[in-house]
Amino acid sequence: MPDLTPAVSLRGVGRRYGERLALRDVSLELAVGQTLVVFGPNGAGKTTLLRMLATLLRPHAGELRVLGRELPDDGYAVRARIGFLGHEPLLYRELSGRENLRFHARLHGVDPARVEAVLEAVGMQGRAGDPVAELSRGMVQRLAVARAVLHEPELLLLDEPLANLDPVAVAQVQPLIGAASGRTRIVTSHDPVGGLVGADVVLGLRGSRAQLVARVADVTPAQIAALYA
Amino acid sequence: MRQTIAALLAKDLALELRTREAIPAMVLFSVTTYVVFHFGLDRDTIDGDLAAGVLWVTLLFAAILGINRLFVAEHEQGGFDGFLLAPVDRTALFVAKALALFGFLCLVELVAVPAFAVLLLGPSLGQALPGLLVVLLAANAGIAIVGTLVAALAIQTRARDLMVPLLALPMLVPVVLGASRATAPLLGQGGAAALPGDWLSLLGLYDLLFALIAYAVFDFLLED
Repeated sequence: MPDLTPAVSLRGVGRRYGERLALRDVSLELAVGQTLVVFGPNGAGKTTLLRMLATLLRPHAGELRVLGRELPDDGYAVRARIGFLGHEPLLYRELSGRENLRFHARLHGVDPARVEAVLEAVGMQGRAGDPVAELSRGMVQRLAVARAVLHEPELLLLDEPLANLDPVAVAQVQPLIGAASGRTRIVTSHDPVGGLVGADVVLGLRGSRAQLVARVADVTPAQIAALYA
Repeated sequence: MRQTIAALLAKDLALELRTREAIPAMVLFSVTTYVVFHFGLDRDTIDGDLAAGVLWVTLLFAAILGINRLFVAEHEQGGFDGFLLAPVDRTALFVAKALALFGFLCLVELVAVPAFAVLLLGPSLGQALPGLLVVLLAANAGIAIVGTLVAALAIQTRARDLMVPLLALPMLVPVVLGASRATAPLLGQGGAAALPGDWLSLLGLYDLLFALIAYAVFDFLLED
């Protein structure tokens, strides 16, 4: 029997920052291996949603289940299975890329040999000894991708993952974080065409609410454009 | 948890070696303060209670500099998120940071205590050294435990530079009191007397009490 437990399940999820509602009443399910693309203007709640799924923020309303576990109570049990790539690379600027990845490998109990493998996969072996502060934003983003997949997570949470990457780098990271990775993915995007590539489900956020939850085949470009109108 | 603590400590040591932000500032502050005391007190040498007070108040203020910077890299470079995303016991971060601060204080004292002896101390340091080492270790542990707790609290606020001394100084008064009273007999003009066990016990109890408090509350400080 195949496991039919959704990889991610949200029911009426909400989150406040003080008095301000950042996200309200979001409900959806995502099956294992599927990709959810999240559209929405700045401040719509995309990053908040991803940070809640990554166990970095607590939901203030609703039920949130990730990989079969209830959050935030079972956060410890799912952290090793989640790869998070946010706006910040989560790398220490004074350390080299290799030192940063070795540090994260130790936190996750990952074999140090895996560090060299991911550095090669993102094309950063040649500059892996340089301090992060001396690298371009694109190179730092490639290292951040390497950090996010270092522990081979089942679920990837990707906040505009291709930002600052040139076409060669995009091609390099696709096997790790693209649809070809075979992982369950939740990706935020502002690109109504490129964002849909490899996606199965679309979530459109506007004014902190879910305005659009639909299969990719049922979504029109006009519906995505309307989120930004 | 040991591997996590070792990883965090190694990272903190590497960062300090690259940036040299905490230890050199603490050393410079201590030595400069002893120079100022040397001229300000208008005395060639000091001993006993006064010497112990000058030694410990200076080391306490130097420690505040280190406490202020303890979580800066975590706060400004996403280190908190990177740590919180890992499947590790969050107490490991407290233990690693307290050990790092303890190590920084020991390194600072390797320079600051001899500088104090040369610039201010009347009696010879040699006879007092074994007892003084015990007091230094006990007081450093207290400063490291309380300092780490305060640093984790203050880093979440906008006025970190103000909050650290405002919170840490009152909380560390018992440590300075215990350390000064335990040190004073060691620095007497007539030669080092025995280490006062009651003040040393106070230091040990204070260390233990705050270690337990930190263990109980540190997880909550990391919650959003």
